[in-house]
Amino acid sequence: MTHAPVGPDPDLWGNAQLALHLLSIDPAGLGGIWLRARSGPVRDRWMAALDTLPAPHAKLHPTISDDQLFGGLDLSATLATGAQVRSTGLIDRAPTLILTMAERTEPGLVARLSQVMDRHEHSLIALDEGTGDEALAPAMAARLAFHLDLEGIPFGATTSAKPADTHTGSAAIPAQAIDLITRMAAQFGIDDPRAILFTLNAARAHAVLHGRREADEADLHIAAQLVLAPRATQLPATEDDAQDTSEPPPSEDTPSENAAQGDDMRLPDELLLEAIKAAIPPDLLARLAARKAARSAKGAGSGAKRTGNRRGRPLPPRAGRMDGRARLDLVATLRAAAPWQPMRRHLNPTDQRVQVRPSDLRLKRYQEQSDRLLVFTVDASGSAALARLAEAKGAVELLLAEAYARRDHVALVAFRGDGADVLLPPTRSLVQTKRRLAALPGGGGTPLASGIEVASQLALQAKSKGLTPSIVLLTDGRANIARDGSAGRAQAAQDANSAAMAAFAAGLDALVIDMGTRPERALRTLAEVMGAPYVPLPRADAAKLSKAVTGALG
Amino acid sequence: MTAPFPFSAIVGQDEMKRAMILTAIDPTIGGVLVFGDRGTGKSTAVRGLAALLPPIMAIPGCPVNSARMADVPDWATVPKAAPTETPTPVIDLPLGATEDRVVGALDIEKALTRGEKAFEAGLLARANRGYLYIDEVNLLEDHIVDLLLDVAQSGENVVEREGLSIRHPARFVLVGSGNPEEGELRPQLLDRFGLSVDVASPTDIDTRIEVITRRDAFERNRKTFMATWAKEDAKIRDQILAARDLLPKVKTPKDVLRRCAELCIALGSDGLRGELTLLKTGRALAAWRGDTKLADRHLREIAPSALRHRLRRDPLDEAGSGTRVQRLVEEVIPA
Repeated sequence: MTHAPVGPDPDLWGNAQLALHLLSIDPAGLGGIWLRARSGPVRDRWMAALDTLPAPHAKLHPTISDDQLFGGLDLSATLATGAQVRSTGLIDRAPTLILTMAERTEPGLVARLSQVMDRHEHSLIALDEGTGDEALAPAMAARLAFHLDLEGIPFGATTSAKPADTHTGSAAIPAQAIDLITRMAAQFGIDDPRAILFTLNAARAHAVLHGRREADEADLHIAAQLVLAPRATQLPATEDDAQDTSEPPPSEDTPSENAAQGDDMRLPDELLLEAIKAAIPPDLLARLAARKAARSAKGAGSGAKRTGNRRGRPLPPRAGRMDGRARLDLVATLRAAAPWQPMRRHLNPTDQRVQVRPSDLRLKRYQEQSDRLLVFTVDASGSAALARLAEAKGAVELLLAEAYARRDHVALVAFRGDGADVLLPPTRSLVQTKRRLAALPGGGGTPLASGIEVASQLALQAKSKGLTPSIVLLTDGRANIARDGSAGRAQAAQDANSAAMAAFAAGLDALVIDMGTRPERALRTLAEVMGAPYVPLPRADAAKLSKAVTGALG
Repeated sequence: MTAPFPFSAIVGQDEMKRAMILTAIDPTIGGVLVFGDRGTGKSTAVRGLAALLPPIMAIPGCPVNSARMADVPDWATVPKAAPTETPTPVIDLPLGATEDRVVGALDIEKALTRGEKAFEAGLLARANRGYLYIDEVNLLEDHIVDLLLDVAQSGENVVEREGLSIRHPARFVLVGSGNPEEGELRPQLLDRFGLSVDVASPTDIDTRIEVITRRDAFERNRKTFMATWAKEDAKIRDQILAARDLLPKVKTPKDVLRRCAELCIALGSDGLRGELTLLKTGRALAAWRGDTKLADRHLREIAPSALRHRLRRDPLDEAGSGTRVQRLVEEVIPA
């Protein structure tokens, strides 16, 4: 685990292995590990050491059913024996859970797993292969002590896992440690008390690993680095920030060295602070901010689900025939058959099994309900900003309030400068939308074509997920940036036109709102191309606009 | 199931704790909704409350925890027995629960083996006279919410399915918790909760240290910790019982009633449920404090919890409804 203290790069591989060691010492107290890594030899090598965790291990996948997870009616056994047989779920059988594709876990499963984790009887390894914004749900991450990222570790830097010697027992922690760690957490903007408890438990486990009866400074160092550093949401305000980046951080000592020098039990906060800071990757804060926003937007409640699961509300099952498409509701079928069993057995005494007749078959039915999505596409260019961006924002806010009342999803696209961005993917969180909108700056050119294109893409994606999208385009119509980012009015207008045509061809509903100071002819033409109603933004009457939109979109 | 963290050992979060105690004094207040960040002790408080509640007298084996033999529903075969002391039921409604599990359904075992049409009681039956707890209530599937709405209102579960026609009492205190960032709650369900509480992480460092110290002690040395706090829990339990006795004696002066109404009109809350909850909660608080007369100070104290979720919501108001209620309370009921 020794390495040259050249850069601020901590020993990632060593830490990753250490985290696993600590977890195997206190699986319940540390909850588990959130491992962010693509599948590959590095991850495989790390996973090879997993067998130090209590057996058996159970692999879960994001679409696992409750029956598998918690146990349920075992139908074949129930039918064979005639008595209700319940199968035990994975949760009851395996103390170690491995969640694959963790970034795809649905809110429902996250909630159920979180409840399981709160019993402190399991440890969970969440394998997150997400790229970019995709990541493990925060509720789940909060219950796992270690957040590891194996990305960027070359295979050559890895070592195969040492056979773990079994360590048992527990260690005490010094009295002032709680105080110290709590202060640290507060300085790094960590609110969740679980993080602090995990740090203390990790320090204890580390002490056990080194055969100590009481955790010392070195243990707390390592624990804080492993648990607190990846959760940091802010850097503590200190005067010597500049000095810190130039010098190698003081945390580079290995545990053994530290143990040698750590004979006095005073815990210098400064040192600990530096240690955590050193373990924070330099770009973490930026990444974190982006990820956090995207995540909370994505966890948009039970509304945003994929097509496969988006079956709407189940209706009572209905009698019918199996036509190859309908799904049999087995339990309902058995219920329908149940009352007739004595009679049928009487008629057919040779067959003592459950007798199901075609008339008993019950089919599953769902009521499809498609939610509406409003894609607000806002022109934030300089010309628009000069004109009436603020007013347009006010109008969108009014529309948002209405969207809330109808429980619509909303998404926000803004275009300015040389391109368009999705500021907010489809969500039901209006507070989020409003914040993003308020923070939207104005300035730059008007890449209208890109705006329409990005909005169309978003709308089509949403459509494939079973939503009914409508684009609400707010612009002054003075396109001056072409699709390729070059300036020029003629090309820009032409590109905008073709983008509008493509949107129309894709069958997207749209509404164009002119937010210029004077109604723009070109924009009216564009609206016609898109097959969209054209509404000039009425002066200082956002309420009227909202009425117009409601009228136009129905 | 391991013993839950003691209710009395929860540091701070007074509004949440008070709201839960008040529903224990008067279950007709109609439940508590706790919304807040992760790791603020929402679930801890609910589970702790279960251990704190005074026991009820119930017929052993009765699916709806009836107090008298005469109340046992006729569809249940319960051997004749005298009521015994049982802990107040606190039933967890997991997010993935099916409709069958929630309302009850045909007992498949009896149907298959004996061809009998028997009813297997669901979670709603088991929660009768107790608490029904839904963690992450804002993520609950819509069709389960629909079921709950009706039952929470009428206090009766009516099952009309698979040839069964059964009704049984289902009067429970609905406790929900969730994180608003992960999804909104339907306004209809929101309205069914009597009280609503927002919790946040403590900002003060000493409070945080205290939280961690207690939690750590609980995890390390459970027995000693439980023994230490059992006394405190018992004290609260006795106080709840005393308040229950006092509750029918609490008088409601006309002018205070008037102020209830004024407050609700000023807030523009929908329907009359706001006034009723305000009144009931106020009386429960008076009883909790040992007062025999409802006074303005009681209203002031509980108005935010009772009314915050009943405002016509302005989803874009970031100040939060609590602040709005507080402001209006200051106006209508000056100190």
